[in-house]
Amino acid sequence: MALEESVDLKLEHHSQDGIEIVEVEGEIDVYTAPRLRELLIELVNNGHYQLVVNMEKVEFLDSTGLGVLVGGLKRVRAHDGSLDLVCTQERILKIFRITGLTKVFGIHGTVDEAIANRKSEK
Amino acid sequence: MATVEVTFTPLPAHVRTARLVATAVARRSGVAESLLDEVRLAVGEACSRAVAAHQLHCPAEPVRIALTEQAGRFEIEVVNTGQAAAATPAPAGQAEAQTAGHDTADRAAWADGEGEFGTTGLSLAVIAGLADDVRISQTAAGTSITMSWPSSGPVQKGSPA
Repeated sequence: MALEESVDLKLEHHSQDGIEIVEVEGEIDVYTAPRLRELLIELVNNGHYQLVVNMEKVEFLDSTGLGVLVGGLKRVRAHDGSLDLVCTQERILKIFRITGLTKVFGIHGTVDEAIANRKSEK
Repeated sequence: MATVEVTFTPLPAHVRTARLVATAVARRSGVAESLLDEVRLAVGEACSRAVAAHQLHCPAEPVRIALTEQAGRFEIEVVNTGQAAAATPAPAGQAEAQTAGHDTADRAAWADGEGEFGTTGLSLAVIAGLADDVRISQTAAGTSITMSWPSSGPVQKGSPA
């Protein structure tokens, strides 16, 4: 399902093996992060507690974006859910390392890997 | 005198513009290509902080950034005239610690999940992790964050940017 698009950030989501995959493309910063936040809130409110956020097409991520992802993680955990990330880009992984958040999020190389990891933990 | 000065209305939409300008000037000033992502992220963080401070305290005042290349360093100064208190950069791993438990003094922020992120501590920690040299100055007028990276000097005319 393709959602609202803009020059800066494109969001869409779909289900795969019972897990909701959020596809993010573009820049996540102080201006665009609220849209991702609203999507994550909407998904949780609609009963989707197992999420994978695919960030392979994210070109920029700042601390505002990190805050949104942490907020999403907290929301799903309140329902015994999970929020995993897919990211192999070093320039994006760097901010996770600087902030220590590599120890908080499961970060995987592909969506299939993230799904398989989540299934194996059930 | 700054090589380039930019002022912008304190709106989140303009932070990206500041990032693009700063990165372009950094490239022209001879900052290594491998450092440009760091420049982009650091100036974005500083500008985001400034925008938040201005929106809170002085929404009619513009945020100012000064980009200067001299003596082998490329320096960015982001000045906000808001009354944001200077904060000590959060130590590495603070983000991890904060997710481990509830902040009983701020349940609303915890419930939202974002109260402690994207604000003073974490953004300064990110900046400190990216720039060689970070200086935070607190004055009566507001807060100035200055960051710098090594540069090889202005790219020569006709050379690839």
